[in-house]
Amino acid sequence: MEFLKKNNGKRLLMLAICGFTFIAAKAQTETDALMMKQNELCIAGVYAHNSWTNYWEGTLKRNNANIGSVTSNEYHLMGNYGIKNNLNVMFNVPYISTKASAGTLSGLHGFQDISFAVKWKPLSKKLGAGKLGVFVGGGFSTPLSNYVADFQPLSIGMGSTNFNGRLTLDYLVKRFFVTLSSAYIRRSNIEIDRTTYFTDRQIQSNQVAMPDMLQFNFGTGYRYGRTIAEVSLANMTSLSGFDIRRNDMPFPSNRMNATMLGANIKYNVAQLPALTLQAGASRVVAGRNFGQNTNINAGLLYIINFKKSKN
Amino acid sequence: MKKFNAFIYTLILFTAISCKKDIIEQTEGIAALNPTTTDANAENWITIYVNRDRFVVPKPLPIANPLYVAELNEIKGLQQNITKDQQKEIDYWAAGGVLRWNEIMRELVAKYNLPPYQNEDGTYPIPQLANPFAYPLFPFSNPPYAARAYAYIAAAQYDALVAAWYYKTMYKRPAPYKNTAGINAMVTPTDLPSYPSEAAVLAGTTAEMMKLLFPTEIANIEQKAASQQLSMMRAGAATRSDMLAGEALGRAVAQEFIALARNDNAKDAVGTPATWASLSNNAIAQNVTPWVSLESPKRPPMLPGFGKVKSILMSVANIEALRPGPPPTTGSAQFVKETQEVYDFVKNPSRENIRMAHYWADGVGTYSPPGHWNAIAAKDFINQNLSEVKWSRNMALLNLSMMDAAIVTWETKYHYFNARPCQVNPAIKTFTGTPNFPAYISGHSTFSAAAATVLGYLTPARATDYDNMAKEASLSRIVSGIHFRSDCEEGLKVGKKIGEFFIARGKTDGSPQ
Repeated sequence: MEFLKKNNGKRLLMLAICGFTFIAAKAQTETDALMMKQNELCIAGVYAHNSWTNYWEGTLKRNNANIGSVTSNEYHLMGNYGIKNNLNVMFNVPYISTKASAGTLSGLHGFQDISFAVKWKPLSKKLGAGKLGVFVGGGFSTPLSNYVADFQPLSIGMGSTNFNGRLTLDYLVKRFFVTLSSAYIRRSNIEIDRTTYFTDRQIQSNQVAMPDMLQFNFGTGYRYGRTIAEVSLANMTSLSGFDIRRNDMPFPSNRMNATMLGANIKYNVAQLPALTLQAGASRVVAGRNFGQNTNINAGLLYIINFKKSKN
Repeated sequence: MKKFNAFIYTLILFTAISCKKDIIEQTEGIAALNPTTTDANAENWITIYVNRDRFVVPKPLPIANPLYVAELNEIKGLQQNITKDQQKEIDYWAAGGVLRWNEIMRELVAKYNLPPYQNEDGTYPIPQLANPFAYPLFPFSNPPYAARAYAYIAAAQYDALVAAWYYKTMYKRPAPYKNTAGINAMVTPTDLPSYPSEAAVLAGTTAEMMKLLFPTEIANIEQKAASQQLSMMRAGAATRSDMLAGEALGRAVAQEFIALARNDNAKDAVGTPATWASLSNNAIAQNVTPWVSLESPKRPPMLPGFGKVKSILMSVANIEALRPGPPPTTGSAQFVKETQEVYDFVKNPSRENIRMAHYWADGVGTYSPPGHWNAIAAKDFINQNLSEVKWSRNMALLNLSMMDAAIVTWETKYHYFNARPCQVNPAIKTFTGTPNFPAYISGHSTFSAAAATVLGYLTPARATDYDNMAKEASLSRIVSGIHFRSDCEEGLKVGKKIGEFFIARGKTDGSPQ
């Protein structure tokens, strides 16, 4: 079922967990075209740093000297296990801390949302000069703690329980690939600490309806041997929500949209084939009710094979 | 393909599990107001500013008059084929006019409670009543502005309703459904005379007050006022002439309050660059670190002249007598201890403390602390089956007390002009926005104690709950990192005294309890 025929292709399978563009700490793992082999577990530790100074208040781009730059550090423990060669399950546990460089508002920190995802590859076939892979996935995430969602932009997350359904197409010609992935994210209502809030009208409830989202990810690059190098363009679009008013604070149910350009690279260490290093970066190039974030990330991945040695 | 189908079904199942529950808001679908008494003697209750007979409501036509009969026919016409939306509108207003207008006011305050964005040169534009649609929109309904707006609306509504009760008792015109067969009472039937209509009095008063308080909302509020009157006609509660008389009375009373408010010094409360600069001197003289704006660019302090706003019921002497002694001097043992206490709270906050901070924050973009106490009051009054005039009287006592709390608090803040904890110690980070004015005394504490004291009088069974809420609101400001303990404790004391003033008023205004 592997998409690489070369012997060293096997090593690449461990990279299934790689490549993160953090959109509310969503791992790109779900969006890529890599699969772990049956009985193999990839464990990854990933660090990511986010920073933005400018943001879009509605569609108006501005900065805010009362928060300066908002930075966050994320520490992820992730795993991806091959139930079968074409069926993987994965999890992610992120710990996040936030900080504003100016003003008086306090940063927050804590465990954010645990996520689980299933990725299934029902189809892999030759098509023209290359090979087409079709992936279908579903994911679930929910807060690990009762963290504060209603303290944007310094909250560590949005507080909703999410489900997503995903379809990914991958086409590999020789050593070059294109991957297109799209997902629908269904988000639960959240509960905030106050009893009333204003969106585009006053709502007398502590329940907040969170916009569902569409996510698209386009990646292309080189995938061969011990190396994967990719550039990507990702977009997330809220299907409802409201704009931040002039000089107001952001709110979890704002209409948050963003388009990100990114690049990432993974390298499988020749001397220690169980180990892979990865690094990436991304930058928000357009947005709405969203920070113009720059993300850099780096991680270590390690494969453990639970298969009884057959050879 | 089987596998694929199973997968899709699982996804559909997940989506179904995560299906959103519609948000049911707190006062959505509540029952029609069903007063245990019509408060027929409310014509004798003491008004706040406008005498009950200040405006003459002309004698209505007798019910046998063909023109009145025609009005009944209009209602019968309105009741043909009522649509779902029309029914929804009737149910909305039938829950109570004072309640609904109070909710609308809270929404307006939240909508306009946004600090203006700075100019290019680092100064700040000031919202202008004379040019309300230009950015920044008029008003910036910050807590003092909001407290005053709630109070003026509540007072005007109350005086207008007492006048309405006076004429109702005088003319005794029964409600439309009592005068003919074929009109459904879609509100709770009542023996209260319908001329002039209390719904129209409330619509007229509130719409008129917008001309002063929320000028950019006049068009919007006039539509709501029209909707209330049409809905209550459709509901059979009053005829067109009941409405016309009520609306005219409400507007006339409101105009008296507008004239009063125009001369209450509020328009000068913003101050000038000269007054802003002079404020530190008194603080320095008292060995208190003077407040500075922690915003960037530095924003002029919020409404430094609000302490000079004229109270509607309290005298200037009343107000000044309420100002507490000075806060702990900078560097004193008490000052050091209190600063340390705030630091300890914010260093490693418990989730419960953040909840408390956010529950009571009522900051930018919200209905403000007075709005929060209106919401608390309304929630309890809904269960008490009060008449409109009693609802209104209770809301007036509550909101007049909070307006005076704002005046005394602001008078005290700018008298001492002391720094906030996060100015004194920049390591103190806050869990809500730092208000752009001096610390002593805490507005939240003063508002809350005044409100809790008044509400405890109006609903004695809940007095302990209100008191605990006020204490929590007060403490929330310390754990948020924006107030010292002495700001809060003194605020609670002052608020309680203001509340007691209004209890004394309530005991002598002619209304039961």
